[in-house]
Amino acid sequence: MDYFLQQLINGLTLGSIYGLIAIGYTMVYGIIGMINFAHGDVFMVSAFSALIAFLVILAVGITAVPLALVMVLIFAMLISSLYGWTVERIAYRPLRGSFRLAPLISAIGMSIVLQNYIQIVQGARVKAIQPVFTGGITLHEGDLFDVRISTIQILIIVTTIVLMTVFSLIVAKTSLGRAQRSCEQDQKMAALLGIDVDRTISLTFVMGAALAAVAGTMFLMYYGVVDFFIGFIAGVKAFTAAVLGGIGSLPGAMLGGLLIGLIEAFWAGYFSSEYKDVAVFAILAIVLIFLPTGLLGKPEVEKV
Amino acid sequence: MTATTKGAQDTPAKPSATAGRPGPAGGIDVAHVLKDAVISALIALGLFGVIMGLKTEQAPGGLVLEENWERVIWAVGIVFVGRLLLNLTIWRRPGGKIDDLMPVGLKKYSGFVGTAIGAALILVALTLPFLPGAGRYHVDLGTLVLTYVMLGWGLNIVVGLAGLLDLGYVAFYAVGAYSYALLATTFDLGFWVCLPLAFILACFWGIILGFPVLRLRGDYLAIVTLAFGEIIRVVLLNWSEFTGGPNGIGQIPRPTFFGLEFSRGEGGFADYFGLDFSSMHRIIFLYYVILVLAFVTHLVSVRLRKLPIGRAWEAMREDEIACRSLGLSIVRTKLTAFAIGAGFGGLAGAFFATRQGFISPESFTFIESALILAIVVLGGMGSQLGVAIAAVVMIGGFEYFREFEQYRMLVFGAMMVLIMVWRPRGLVSARAPSVYLKERKKVGADMVSQGHG
Repeated sequence: MDYFLQQLINGLTLGSIYGLIAIGYTMVYGIIGMINFAHGDVFMVSAFSALIAFLVILAVGITAVPLALVMVLIFAMLISSLYGWTVERIAYRPLRGSFRLAPLISAIGMSIVLQNYIQIVQGARVKAIQPVFTGGITLHEGDLFDVRISTIQILIIVTTIVLMTVFSLIVAKTSLGRAQRSCEQDQKMAALLGIDVDRTISLTFVMGAALAAVAGTMFLMYYGVVDFFIGFIAGVKAFTAAVLGGIGSLPGAMLGGLLIGLIEAFWAGYFSSEYKDVAVFAILAIVLIFLPTGLLGKPEVEKV
Repeated sequence: MTATTKGAQDTPAKPSATAGRPGPAGGIDVAHVLKDAVISALIALGLFGVIMGLKTEQAPGGLVLEENWERVIWAVGIVFVGRLLLNLTIWRRPGGKIDDLMPVGLKKYSGFVGTAIGAALILVALTLPFLPGAGRYHVDLGTLVLTYVMLGWGLNIVVGLAGLLDLGYVAFYAVGAYSYALLATTFDLGFWVCLPLAFILACFWGIILGFPVLRLRGDYLAIVTLAFGEIIRVVLLNWSEFTGGPNGIGQIPRPTFFGLEFSRGEGGFADYFGLDFSSMHRIIFLYYVILVLAFVTHLVSVRLRKLPIGRAWEAMREDEIACRSLGLSIVRTKLTAFAIGAGFGGLAGAFFATRQGFISPESFTFIESALILAIVVLGGMGSQLGVAIAAVVMIGGFEYFREFEQYRMLVFGAMMVLIMVWRPRGLVSARAPSVYLKERKKVGADMVSQGHG
């Protein structure tokens, strides 16, 4: 039971990170109907920005942990948003209205560019930092080991809940959210009614990238290591999460992220950690066979 | 088809630049152009400033930052000058459609030009090992290019003809390679016996993948095929007793020429024909093997397009619902497309294993799938010639810049983006329909949807 609880906590933490990245995929897919393949790499770039900001802050000599964390987060979100915006501007906007595979190919190209760019300018080696948060709360003292939730795990889960609430409110209540939802339904009609479609799409990318930056910072703090390749695996898993939850749906992305995190943690905990990716992808395939639009997705109505 | 995609297809592609339009009097709006370049440079400063300027280095006692501002200045400067020059030159033309650069006269003869290029390519391919100046390196490169041409044509059946977006094609390449390697090293079977077996096994795996994805469409299909590719790779990596794990399988036997081995001494190929032994014999032989395999792939896909099943594929690609209404079995159509496409991937994989003599899961990563898909899409989906040209350009260019190890992947990615922005419909964008009523009309590759109906 203790072991189960511990894996549950680990799974929820991992799932929160996946969920935050998955929101970027699902929002972009909802609005322009394409897989933003470079999103995982934007996440990776943001983890590197967070790493650099963290080292700068250490060098400057700021020791108050909450202040440092907020500064790192804001910096990573800024850089990441800029990357998200630029990727959309260079690789996707010229292809709007082109046939469906074109943006996908240019997205794969962009992903290769970002990976190799970071490899060249930051080096291929794994970067490791000392853990920043060491404390934690012991929830239950077991016979073999204690069930613990560490400070960073609490931080990740709380941040995710707060951000999810904020973003759901943005999409539901603000004029930007309304513009996004209208573009999702019919871009031409939205444009006719005076909505700047290009700007709305750009802002969607910026929002997705900002959330990926939060995920990237949390990833850095939680695992303490980054390299130029983390974006691919995290990106594929997060996309799987978005599809599992029903692509285009924000709560779906979060639910999918949590499920993927839990599946991965439990599989690694009870079976074998080598095959955890196989378990994740196999469950994705099984869910899609029975629910082709994901868990919370709207069924696609075919018009003849 | 969903409302989003329909709406998106109706709007014409906008020119990428909004700045640098000719001013009201027809001259250049200098202030505007300068402002645009400065804004671009500032964005570049934001993008590159910290990430390029501060390099994280592992030092004793933790990470340290290494300052490197010079390259930031270079990068920002290049963006500023580049943007300025682009605004002053290329983007000045109103509309700025690069598609129109092709002369009208050439367009008229594009059918003839296509045939001529095709014939020239075949001629070069047939005689490559004996061309003056062609050494071992060129024949090896030719073999590599032909492997990708074959993979491209194989994937073309799935993506180009049947319209099923497959991001995990490399899985079948891996299945073929491992089938041959395992059969040859465990049961001592020869290459020529294993080749059909590899085909059958890969077909079988194609059907295994095909069943669960029968109901999926478009991007859902893409992600499940990607997942399938990763599953195969992870299993190959971790099932050490069976596949050798990360160490792979070595000592894979080489193919024989009707039972003659390419070895020195008694009973070898050179000895039998009374030639002096040369290591080139095997390399040239391998080159012709893949050439024949590629031609077989080409002939089969061209012939299949004329058979009922090929027509069913193309019909399914254009409109799945209409297809079903007319009584075609979607199950059978999709499964045969997956199976046959996979089979050719398997053949190429078996060839890869015998050529390399050593295989490991590292050769079958997602980037390979992306590369093959890029060849198919850049070549123009459904066009056999386009795929061949794209393979030559991409793999050839990739090998040509081997010295720039680090930068060539960067350039490769950038090229993928640029070619897509420049010619979203691929290099050879129109192809003739397989079946027609009165006259042959060109069908643009943009008409090729993904079974969305």
